[in-house]
Amino acid sequence: MYKILSIQELAPKTKMFEVSAPDIVAKAEPGQFVIVIISEKGERIPLTISDYNREKGTLSFAFHEVGKTTKELGLLQVGDDLENVTGPLGNPSEIKKFGKVLCIGGSVMIAPLLLQVKAMKEAGNHVTTIIGARIKDGLLMKEKAEALSDKTYIATDDGSIGHKGLDFLKEILKKEKFDRCVVMGPVAMMYEVSEITKPYGIPTIVTTTPIMMDGMGMCGVCRVTVGGKMLFGCFDGPEFDGHQVDFDQLVQRQRLFLPEERVKSLLWEKNIGGCKCDRSKA
Amino acid sequence: MTEAKPKPKIKKEEVKMPKQDPKVRVKNFNEVALGYTEEQAFEEATRCLQCVKPQCVDGCPVEVPIPEFIKYIKEKKYAEGIVTIKSKNALPAVCGRVCPQEEQCQVKCVLGKIGDPVSIGRLERYLADWELDHGFQLPEKPQSTGKKVAVVGAGPAGLTAAADLIKLGHEVTMYEALHLPGGVLIYGIPEFRLPKAIVRNEVAYIQKLGVNLRVGNLVGRIHTIPELMKTGADAIFIGSGAGLPRFMGVKGENLGGIYSANEFLIRNNLMKSYVFPEYDTPVRIGKHVVVIGGGNVAMDCARSSMRLGADVCLLYRRSRDELPARQEEIENAEEEGLVCKFLAAPLKFNGDEKGWVKSMECIAMELGPPDESGRRRPIPIEGSEFTMETDTVIIAIGQTPNPIIQRTTDGLEVNPRRGTILVNETGKTSIDGVYAGGDVVTGAATVISAMGAGKTAAKAMHKYLMNKK
Ligand SMILES: Cc1cc2nc3c(=O)[nH]c(=O)nc-3n(C[C@H](O)[C@H](O)[C@H](O)COP(=O)(O)OP(=O)(O)OC[C@H]3O[C@@H](n4cnc5c(N)ncnc54)[C@H](O)[C@@H]3O)c2cc1C
Ligand SMILES: Cc1cc2nc3c(=O)[nH]c(=O)nc-3n(C[C@H](O)[C@H](O)[C@H](O)COP(=O)(O)OP(=O)(O)OC[C@H]3O[C@@H](n4cnc5c(N)ncnc54)[C@H](O)[C@@H]3O)c2cc1C
Ligand code: SF4
Ligand code: SF4
Ligand code: FES
Repeated sequence: MYKILSIQELAPKTKMFEVSAPDIVAKAEPGQFVIVIISEKGERIPLTISDYNREKGTLSFAFHEVGKTTKELGLLQVGDDLENVTGPLGNPSEIKKFGKVLCIGGSVMIAPLLLQVKAMKEAGNHVTTIIGARIKDGLLMKEKAEALSDKTYIATDDGSIGHKGLDFLKEILKKEKFDRCVVMGPVAMMYEVSEITKPYGIPTIVTTTPIMMDGMGMCGVCRVTVGGKMLFGCFDGPEFDGHQVDFDQLVQRQRLFLPEERVKSLLWEKNIGGCKCDRSKA
Repeated sequence: MTEAKPKPKIKKEEVKMPKQDPKVRVKNFNEVALGYTEEQAFEEATRCLQCVKPQCVDGCPVEVPIPEFIKYIKEKKYAEGIVTIKSKNALPAVCGRVCPQEEQCQVKCVLGKIGDPVSIGRLERYLADWELDHGFQLPEKPQSTGKKVAVVGAGPAGLTAAADLIKLGHEVTMYEALHLPGGVLIYGIPEFRLPKAIVRNEVAYIQKLGVNLRVGNLVGRIHTIPELMKTGADAIFIGSGAGLPRFMGVKGENLGGIYSANEFLIRNNLMKSYVFPEYDTPVRIGKHVVVIGGGNVAMDCARSSMRLGADVCLLYRRSRDELPARQEEIENAEEEGLVCKFLAAPLKFNGDEKGWVKSMECIAMELGPPDESGRRRPIPIEGSEFTMETDTVIIAIGQTPNPIIQRTTDGLEVNPRRGTILVNETGKTSIDGVYAGGDVVTGAATVISAMGAGKTAAKAMHKYLMNKK
């Protein structure tokens, strides 16, 4: 059993759970993810590791409530148990001294990005961090980002806080040289950043989030085309060279089950007012 | 002995297995074969000649004492019967259902020379199901040897090795990557052929023997094999199966609606998407499903798709004679309305504007001389291209072993081309104390051969452990 030890609300509909998972924590590294199952009838959802404490044996992940499973997760309380947490899955990020590193995170993925920022700093890099969200309220962990990074920029789609959009990044790149760029966030954002860094030849690593099921190479639903080759997001990734990823296909494949997911979410929302029966504890 | 009775005339025909009507069963996921009644089991059991040198036993990879357990059915001593089977086979309810008996125990039965062989598998199932209804008897707890064993993978190979090793007094911890144990039995073979309650029950038996099972534990990512050795395992058995799906590498393979067999089966069996949204994992199945392949896996995908309401066409590049699936399953599938298209292979998938597959281009084949597998090699016929409409494609052209363990274990010898772990005749790998068996060694094979490998390795591991200082 994987007990929830603490819950932090990072932004509206965005929470961070700290769970007890000593086995996983002993091996977890930045860039890896876990697969969470809430209850016996639940689905397996991948969430990136946002923090871990090897002494305490605890692991944190942040999630945004988008569909049935993440909404259901959002209802859980401290002390509740998760049916299963499997991990660490995927390959760890490459952490070493690159020189000047640009770390860019969007919405909920800011949380796991900061784990990388920390590791990159510890490896002796100069780290510039950009965190962004759609609107001001969606921005999370601003203070932490500022504390960990040498320089921090803020951006929102509507400009309600910080820069409006990512155009300012082009200006930065005209003036400053970076040896590596790491991006974690919505696909559209990772695509945009990859396009911006390409002309400057900055190696740009994106964290792909295709639909996954087993997360260990068994099903192939997570296939991503990288440099014309079919790779498995869970097994070969989830990080890939952003200049090589077929983002159009990634978006298309993320939407494969959208109609079903919507129906499920609606049905569930209709029911939660009344009976939660076997769902909360199985 | 029963031979003392006056010899009755031998019945040449087997007692048929009662089955759900094809028209009904193609609309549900309940088990197709219903199982013998007590009378039917008795009648079939009396056909057995109780051979003194039973050929049938030679055909069984785990050497189930066949005449002995059949005799107990005749005498209605079911508890004794099941104990007899379990002395050799820890998963009788599974084997009785999915063993290719017609190629194993039953093909050797002497009655086969004059009529139908004894339905050994069905009788084995009868006893296993009897036990399911009556609760199982645990064997006496053996004396502890103080040795620790790690078993990787809770499929048939791992479960068998674990059961045998714990019965010999070793402490056994089993690591399973998925959140449920059973391997292919739980995630691959559909409910209508092997109800999951049965798999759960067989696993529960092994846990009751005292095996410590840890699910959600991917060896290679959490602990590696060398780490397990360092942290106290005196010996290790690897039964990690062949779970990596193969794709064809043709254009359009990443379109929506194109599943690997594994994805489709995991959704349906492990995650129970056929009862979505009661269970959370969805599966989308269109009206015209094409299953590519011809083995048991392809049959299972085809029959599951039919149950989800689709018309299904099986596309196989050789002819009917080469279909590798079990005869019984092919017949079941055809009764249920499966259409087959032989001697054809896909060249390319075309999608609609939303990125969903809408048709596939294929080419016809003819059979040339046999290839290294001994089957006649399919050769494309030039100019024979044709297009098939489809909205769902399931690719069931085989699996290879998952390389995580192989990659994270220094000194473990692997077949470089197939990714299988190399072992000697006792199941020992290139590393002292590390054994392997099942699909990870042979490539995709059968439940019972995986179990046989688990048994062989358990024997050798016991010897190794007892000789170790
Ligand atoms: C390697 C990996 C790491 C991830 N890390 C995080 C994380 O740290 N925090 C977080 O909040 N989310 C993360 N995700 C995404 C997360 O898994 C999905 O948000 C979640 O599965 C949605 O489940 P649901 O049932 O709530 O929503 P659903 O009803 O399944 O989907 C709702 C919406 O989310 C989209 N969606 C579904 N699955 C995914 C997916 N795998 N990736 C992206 N979008 C998806 C759907 O297209 C739909 O628009 C990660 C995904 C992957 C593959
Ligand atoms: C759809 C389908 C239908 C079949 N039908 C039949 C049939 O009718 N009759 C028959 O005899 N055979 C059938 N087979 C074949 C048979 O199921 C396999 O040969 C058999 O299950 C192999 O057993 P195994 O223990 O070697 O591997 P598996 O059953 O594959 O089990 C391996 C287990 O190891 C786990 N694992 C893998 N890697 C790791 C790791 N690194 N750490 C921890 N755990 C790990 C996996 O999750 C899995 O649970 C079928 C196979 C399929 C796919
Ligand atoms: S285990 Fe399989 S091969 Fe052996 S007797 Fe039973 S059905 Fe036959
Ligand atoms: S060979 Fe056939 S008849 Fe003889 S013991 Fe075996 S099952 Fe019975
Ligand atoms: S999630 Fe199944 S192979 Fe990657």
